Amino acid sequence: MSKKESSFLGMLLSLLIITVISGFSLGFVNDLTIAPKAKAKLEKKVNALKLVLPDFDNNPVEDMKLIKSEAVADSVEIYPAYLKNEFVGAAVIGTTDKGFSGLIKIMIGFKPTGEIENVVVLEQKETPGLGTKLTEDKFLQQFKGVNISTFKLKVKKDGGDVDALTGATISSRAFCDATQMAYDAFIKNNGSLIELKN
Amino acid sequence: MAEILNQKQNFLKGIIKENPIFVMLLGMCPTLGVTSSAYNGLGMGIATAFVLLMSNVAVSLVKNVIPAKVRIPAFIIIIASFVTVVEMILEAFVPFLYEQLGIFIPLIVVNCIILGRAEAFASKNNIMASILDALGMGIGFIMALTVLGAVREILGSGSLFGLKFVPDNANTFILFILPPGAFIALAYLTVLFNKLTNKTI
Repeated sequence: MSKKESSFLGMLLSLLIITVISGFSLGFVNDLTIAPKAKAKLEKKVNALKLVLPDFDNNPVEDMKLIKSEAVADSVEIYPAYLKNEFVGAAVIGTTDKGFSGLIKIMIGFKPTGEIENVVVLEQKETPGLGTKLTEDKFLQQFKGVNISTFKLKVKKDGGDVDALTGATISSRAFCDATQMAYDAFIKNNGSLIELKN
Repeated sequence: MAEILNQKQNFLKGIIKENPIFVMLLGMCPTLGVTSSAYNGLGMGIATAFVLLMSNVAVSLVKNVIPAKVRIPAFIIIIASFVTVVEMILEAFVPFLYEQLGIFIPLIVVNCIILGRAEAFASKNNIMASILDALGMGIGFIMALTVLGAVREILGSGSLFGLKFVPDNANTFILFILPPGAFIALAYLTVLFNKLTNKTI
């Protein structure tokens, strides 16, 4: 009887000690990596912002606005850019879950007139070799300098102006969907963004 | 003399005679899942080999104080801790690779090579032998994943380690980047490996 009790205690203690040690060491490593992790994330965001926005001299990450939108449950992130206190454009995060494998997240830079400056894809899980081509310049090129008020944001198969990717119509449609969402959010808030800094 | 020979054997068996991928066919989930490019295969291989080495060392150190009945939960906690460490380090310092490997990093926990080595080898041998065993198995695993990734990348995207050697609009065998291509490439590589090492299947 006593033997069984002691082995039970032994099991309990050995597992307890192992979990405590592992818990503390994980906490320690987490403390070490938390700063580089945040830095890596921020760097990625800033690099994307530099790609999609015209020259700016403020810190769009600090000036970021969260806008409520009807299209998505989450609020939309808008990064306004200013040069010498003048509004030169804003980057908007467009998301959609209509991709072939779910979520697609893109960042679009708009000029104050509503023209697209540039687009980058932040996250996607599309089919390698087919849907993933939407991250390539060849596909994104067609959106540069386009004003969506005069551009039908639909693939050609659906009567729009967008050249879909071969074999990845669903991904292309989802991309249009995300772009539309970002554009709607931008147009709705364009006026308030210009006023903010002045 | 026999001791040295034995240690050499511990190290070498993981690379050829008991190669975890081509001979024992263990850990198929990450093997088939992430090897769409040579770089991904190499990254996954190194991450797994690191966890394997650390867990083999830890298991071999604590093997005498852990009651036999709870050894498996104890091994799992040790392995899971090291995997979480790897995950945090990758996210902080190699974010590109972290995104590419995605869900497969936490899944290293359930990689049967690691638990298999802990249970079958490290819990019965001293620390030196366990380190050599982990290094051998780790190198065998890295090698297999990198070769598989390279073959799939060359055929599927016409590139190697990201360096493209075909024109942009060339038609490559997209099949090889997709899941079925992983099975086909692995099967042929396994046949080739066993042929070269003179094994009858």
